[in-house]
Amino acid sequence: MISLFNWLMQGLRAIDWPLLLIVACLSGIGLLVMHSAVGGTDWRFEDQSQYFVFALVLMWTVALVPPQWLAKMAPLLYGAGLFLLVAVMFVGDTSKGATRWLDLGFVRLQPSEIMKIALPLLLAWYFQKREGKRNPLDYLIGLVLVAVPFLLIVRQPDLGTALLVASAGFFVLYFAGLSFKLLVPVTIAAVLGIGLVLAYEDSLCAPQTDWVVLHEYQKGRVCTLLDPAKDPLGKGFHTIQSTIAVGSGGLYGRGYMEGTQAQLDFIPERTTDFIFAVFAEEFGLYGSVALLFLFLLMVARGLVIAQRSETTFCRLAASSLTMVLFVYVFVNIGMVIGILPVVGVPLPFFSYGGTALLTLALALGILMSVSAHRSSMPASNARTGLGSP
Amino acid sequence: MFDFKSANERERNRFGLRVWVAGFAVLLAFGLLGWRLWVLQVQQHHGLLQRADNNRTAVVPIPPRRGEILDRNGEVLARNYLSYTLDVVPAQVDSMDGLLADLERVVSLSDRQKRQFERRLREAGPFAPVLLRNDLSDTEAAYFAAQAFRFPGVELKARWVRQYPQGQSAAHVVGYIGRISERDLQNLDASNELGNYRGTDVIGKKGIEKSWETQLHGQTGIESLEVTARGKPVQTLHRIDPVPGHDLVLSLDLRLQRIAEQAFEGQRGALVAIDPNNGEILAFVSQPSFDPNLFVDGIDHESWKQLNESEDKPLITRPVYGTYPIGSTYKPFVALAAMALGKRTPDTKIYDPGYYEMGKTRFRNAGSVPYGHVDVHKSLVVSSDVYYYSMAEEITVDALHDFMKPFGFGQKTGIDLVGERTGILPSTDWKKSAFKDAEQQRWYPGETVSVLIGQGYNAFSLMQLAQATAVLANGGTYYRPQLVRAIKRGGSAEPVPSEVMHRIDLDPKAVSAVRDALVDVTKVGTARKAFATAPYEVAGKTGTIQLFNLKGAKYKRDEVDERLRDHSAFMGYAPSKNPTIALAVLVENAGWGSEVAAPIARAVFDAWLMPETADVAKAPVGETAR
Repeated sequence: MISLFNWLMQGLRAIDWPLLLIVACLSGIGLLVMHSAVGGTDWRFEDQSQYFVFALVLMWTVALVPPQWLAKMAPLLYGAGLFLLVAVMFVGDTSKGATRWLDLGFVRLQPSEIMKIALPLLLAWYFQKREGKRNPLDYLIGLVLVAVPFLLIVRQPDLGTALLVASAGFFVLYFAGLSFKLLVPVTIAAVLGIGLVLAYEDSLCAPQTDWVVLHEYQKGRVCTLLDPAKDPLGKGFHTIQSTIAVGSGGLYGRGYMEGTQAQLDFIPERTTDFIFAVFAEEFGLYGSVALLFLFLLMVARGLVIAQRSETTFCRLAASSLTMVLFVYVFVNIGMVIGILPVVGVPLPFFSYGGTALLTLALALGILMSVSAHRSSMPASNARTGLGSP
Repeated sequence: MFDFKSANERERNRFGLRVWVAGFAVLLAFGLLGWRLWVLQVQQHHGLLQRADNNRTAVVPIPPRRGEILDRNGEVLARNYLSYTLDVVPAQVDSMDGLLADLERVVSLSDRQKRQFERRLREAGPFAPVLLRNDLSDTEAAYFAAQAFRFPGVELKARWVRQYPQGQSAAHVVGYIGRISERDLQNLDASNELGNYRGTDVIGKKGIEKSWETQLHGQTGIESLEVTARGKPVQTLHRIDPVPGHDLVLSLDLRLQRIAEQAFEGQRGALVAIDPNNGEILAFVSQPSFDPNLFVDGIDHESWKQLNESEDKPLITRPVYGTYPIGSTYKPFVALAAMALGKRTPDTKIYDPGYYEMGKTRFRNAGSVPYGHVDVHKSLVVSSDVYYYSMAEEITVDALHDFMKPFGFGQKTGIDLVGERTGILPSTDWKKSAFKDAEQQRWYPGETVSVLIGQGYNAFSLMQLAQATAVLANGGTYYRPQLVRAIKRGGSAEPVPSEVMHRIDLDPKAVSAVRDALVDVTKVGTARKAFATAPYEVAGKTGTIQLFNLKGAKYKRDEVDERLRDHSAFMGYAPSKNPTIALAVLVENAGWGSEVAAPIARAVFDAWLMPETADVAKAPVGETAR
């Protein structure tokens, strides 16, 4: 009896309560919005509810795993991910012109999803090993470890996922100490470049302008972002309709299940990538800002967990995974409100889909594991790192 | 120990700084989102709210009517008819069961239709119309229209449905349309056409329907409708009419096509007839055929299985996809090559004892017949193999390859159909790339021997043979083969100009030597029986393509498995002086070229050159083919 009690206590201690509270709030709101988006209860709502339960269990299970184990599994997971990515090239399932899935008979697996978790873990493990003797070459090796899966995923082709995976890797390099001398100029150049494009939009998007580096359809995607009105029935349709939905919400919103854009079927993919538009239409600016605040809290909590942890592995894994979650939120909402191009990135806790939720649960589970095992770690181990015997 | 701690401490501080910077960036990013939300939801709220309300003016795409496909005389190969469908908007229905029960008193609903409807219902959202029934008869539509007020949420719509009135005739040329697939969507997205396909649910999948999709589809129109809060249309506010797709006038002559198809009755094979003066394709036969109407609304599983698994492969477009060694029909071109390369003159005579020896191997004439002294003329008229074998030590396979290439052998002909295969025009380079180990990559002189009589590695499509025949018929001009002759926009037909791809510089003396011989082939040579009574002069060559090497044993047709029997082929043009038609025909596993392929050619020539008697000639020709 006592052991069972202990076991249960240990299990409860593995949970990071502030994080769980935030997750619970977001999940609740997510389900509520899904209910509205499908116009009442239907199979997608039921599915999504089940996914949430499963995701919660998975999160908790991962939270119970000590970070040392996670670190040990990282190279294995990365290797498996790479192997599967290569396997996809040869025996993958093709749909919508892209080969992204492995059909294992009972389940369709998308190896690039694994990489979203495996890559940051591997890099965290690597920098942990090199702790104290780190030199610039390590960042170069890190870059290669990012580039290999990135290129494999770009080839599928799936630029959206590839960029997410690359950003996960980039965050580890950044938190591991990639020189600001390198980062600052690149950031400034990027900001300037985007500014220039915006300034010269009209001549750039003129039909006779030929973009040397990009495909015609890529030009189309960028130009649609700059001026969605140009292709109202085609690619601009999503952005136009979603910004109308968001804007018509006003300060207070039109009320739960009262959004005409959502309910009259004007928001495309309103249960998946564009679900934020449904939320913003029905809950208005107050609701949206509150939601942003919740996401901000989640990111903040993740960074606090990273900051407090003792080992390099824990710090890097927790901080980079947190930032990946942030990127999801930022890219998705940015796309819905028309400041980023339309790429297929789901909104965590909101978009319909089992795979996305599982990846999310894994990331949150790792965060909780790092949080829970902070104090229980032997001091010497915490200081010298996991890699040294 | 102390050292470690300080190192760790430094690391920690550094990490702390990075977290702060990251946190700051996150704040900045969320600030940007917040700012944009403020712009949309406060600053632009008014205008966007109005647009949302205007969205009660739903923008509905109106799909254009697809262009028709006609033959050169205006006979319809593909057209559209209006079909009535019933759609249900679930959100507007209080009791679905009650509705269906009521509705059944007005229009018939089979159990299968009801099951399919329930499945679609589960997959759809509440506001999108769900298909309940299609192909309502006029009576049913009228009945429903009169009672429509009793069925809120049920919409009667008319949509265009594609129909192929000719059925199996010319099916491979016309092709068919089918539901837009994920892959089609991807392609449309890449070509910026997705917007234009909103509201359209079918797209060309095969044949002309596919290769001329852009012209056939047309421009989607837009209708602004005022809708109620539940999405029900109240009135039309604004409308941009769709632009119907262009009608296509094919160069095909359906009458000719049908006669050719009938001549094939029960046999497998391909025929291509071309106007050698402009490259227009007059007949394009692939037998057996299929009914494209099966595909329009999604083919049912049974029919698909039957078509797909049939040993006769009716879905394959044989004239461009099937590649064959073309046997003796290759000889006229080899004869031209021999003269162009200076290895033979029209007068050169070779002694033909019935066989040709290279090293220790004996290559025989069909039936080992000795023809005595043979020149170019005789070699074609009696179809002596030895005359061609004898060039094996004088002409290299590469020189032959270079001469044949501009005729189109082993090249894509450029016809406006997708799925054309290249075939094989053998050369030493080709062999190097086709085989793996060094021993197989070598070219053996014995291989040149069989290549010279159109056997061996040669693999050409019938389309290529027909093109080459047309080039020979017009004296060296290679026109791009074309199936579409004119595009009709509104009332006026705009001709598609013929295009000269290149000209081959041929020696007129050599050409006339070959042509004279080909005329005699049909007068006194191997094809004399088929053309005995023809009132016009034909130039042509028969071919019998060996599939099964009997290693010296005598070929007895009935003892060989049906699918291993010889192919029967014919190439030719008529009238021999100013040809207006050139053709190539091949009948699979049918035996001698003179017996099967030549009579089919005769039927087609008759139909083209003597249209008034063609219909009468039709029946007896079918008889001679047997």
